[in-house]
Amino acid sequence: MERNLILAFESSCDETSVAVIENGEKILSNIVATQIKSHQRFGGVVPEVASRHHIEQITDCIDLALSEAAVTYADLSAVAVTYGPGLVGALLIGVTAAKTVAYAHDLPLIPVNHMAGHIYAARYVKPIEFPALALLVSGGHTELVYLAGPGQFEIIGETRDDAAGEAYDKIGRVLGINYPAGKEVDRLAHIGKDTFNFPRAMDDSDSFDFSFSGLKSAFINTVHHADQIGETLSREDLAASFQQAVVDVLADKTVRALDAFSVKQLILAGGVAANQGLRERLDSELKAFQDVDFIKAPLKLCGDNAAMIGAAGYVGYQLKQFGDMSLNADPSLEFDWIAS
Amino acid sequence: MKVLALDTSNQTLTVAVMSDDQVLATTTVTTTKKHGAHLLPIIQDLMQVANLKPADLDRVVVADGPGSYTGLRIGVTTAKTLADTLNIELVGVSSLATIAANIISETQLVAVLFDGRNDNVFAGVYRIKNGMPVSVIEDQHIPFEKLLPQIKALNEPVVVLGDLDAFTERLKTALEADFIHYPIELSLPSAAELGRLGQRRTPVSDVKDFVPRYLRLTKAEADWQKQHPEEDSSDYVEKV
Repeated sequence: MERNLILAFESSCDETSVAVIENGEKILSNIVATQIKSHQRFGGVVPEVASRHHIEQITDCIDLALSEAAVTYADLSAVAVTYGPGLVGALLIGVTAAKTVAYAHDLPLIPVNHMAGHIYAARYVKPIEFPALALLVSGGHTELVYLAGPGQFEIIGETRDDAAGEAYDKIGRVLGINYPAGKEVDRLAHIGKDTFNFPRAMDDSDSFDFSFSGLKSAFINTVHHADQIGETLSREDLAASFQQAVVDVLADKTVRALDAFSVKQLILAGGVAANQGLRERLDSELKAFQDVDFIKAPLKLCGDNAAMIGAAGYVGYQLKQFGDMSLNADPSLEFDWIAS
Repeated sequence: MKVLALDTSNQTLTVAVMSDDQVLATTTVTTTKKHGAHLLPIIQDLMQVANLKPADLDRVVVADGPGSYTGLRIGVTTAKTLADTLNIELVGVSSLATIAANIISETQLVAVLFDGRNDNVFAGVYRIKNGMPVSVIEDQHIPFEKLLPQIKALNEPVVVLGDLDAFTERLKTALEADFIHYPIELSLPSAAELGRLGQRRTPVSDVKDFVPRYLRLTKAEADWQKQHPEEDSSDYVEKV
């Protein structure tokens, strides 16, 4: 078999990343330039600052990705790029650079949905078998996706308000934790106990949709109320109670989806997929589904990176889903909803 | 020398493919708001018409600011990626100087203004020497009312180009007979002029560090620097 090499780009938020992927399954290089330290100064991602960092980094990342992989442009089979969803100004840097490389070296261009990329981070654990179900949880998205076959992604449920990761960052701020707060809240939660019994939103509804804004408000109100009466609450217990509510809702909906859709694999992916509480809970829930193989995206590929875009791009390559030079960033790109 | 010149720093998108000073093909579009979608197809078409392959290029010239932040990044990302990936030369030229280059009268003063909102402008003043604009008042982001006395102090006739809608009346009043107003076409950037300027400049030494000249910090960054005057604001991105 001829060696397929994809040069993949990702710049949808606050990481500039370029990777070289062999046959959609082997990471030859995966350069990630993260801007977290910059945005921590502002307590969250500032879009214009993000765009400025991306353009500072982009060609350096390309050069490093090629040299680390020890390949040249002549070896490449295609260029893949995240074209949405994400911050429009940030996406534009990756899309523009990817198109330019594709044009300069006459390579096919593969547009990749960022969320498909997150799912395909799991490809580095083992091949995806269809049909599969993916629980995608990140700072911008929380959704359950049904994969009938390669390149087919259909939403069966998504958040109606805040994404889970967004809720983590917002309650983290109340606890005095700098963005991104997920890791520290996760750590505190493992020390504390669920004593506050925050609401589990949408948990009784028949849909597979999520909602986290009610939980976030309940959390903030609890803390503010305690502040007003001069009471100090346990940060560990607050974190544990919040995380338990999030995990309950995510796990409950996922289990219900597994009951409704017969699948071979459950894939956990997205930035919040690194959360230990969530990973442990789903491990235990999945014991009831002996026929479902549970694949967790590797921890180091849960955050944004181009390796996952290369894996998803390889599927696009096989399906000949090529873009042309007019490809533009699509900040609100979404999978279609499943036909009901 | 085969040159690709491009300017996407404002509403106008202009691209030229040149062989030394000869324009092989050029396109200027003033109606698109999707520079990101249109730039590469236009480059592709012009290169094809000029019968050149990307590998035939020797140099990329880009208008590197000031201008619309997003517009600048589309042009500069295309230019720096092309230079990096083809291992060819890269030159950045002021977007204001590019427009000043439309004027060819020797020794003429030319002021170019872009509207920077809230009565601020991005502006530069040039003198035409040997057919090239040479900076007299450096490109800057400045309240219009502060720029005006600087231009008036030059005390000679000045051609004023750029986005003048909000400023024409005040320019007339302040500069009186020294204010020279030309038809609007002369305020459009021309990639052919940009390419002509860019062929006479020294290429940048480090393509990877090339960024737009925004001439203005983001608000978040400016506020932060004000609150942390002692901190070095350079090293905030790390490869992990």
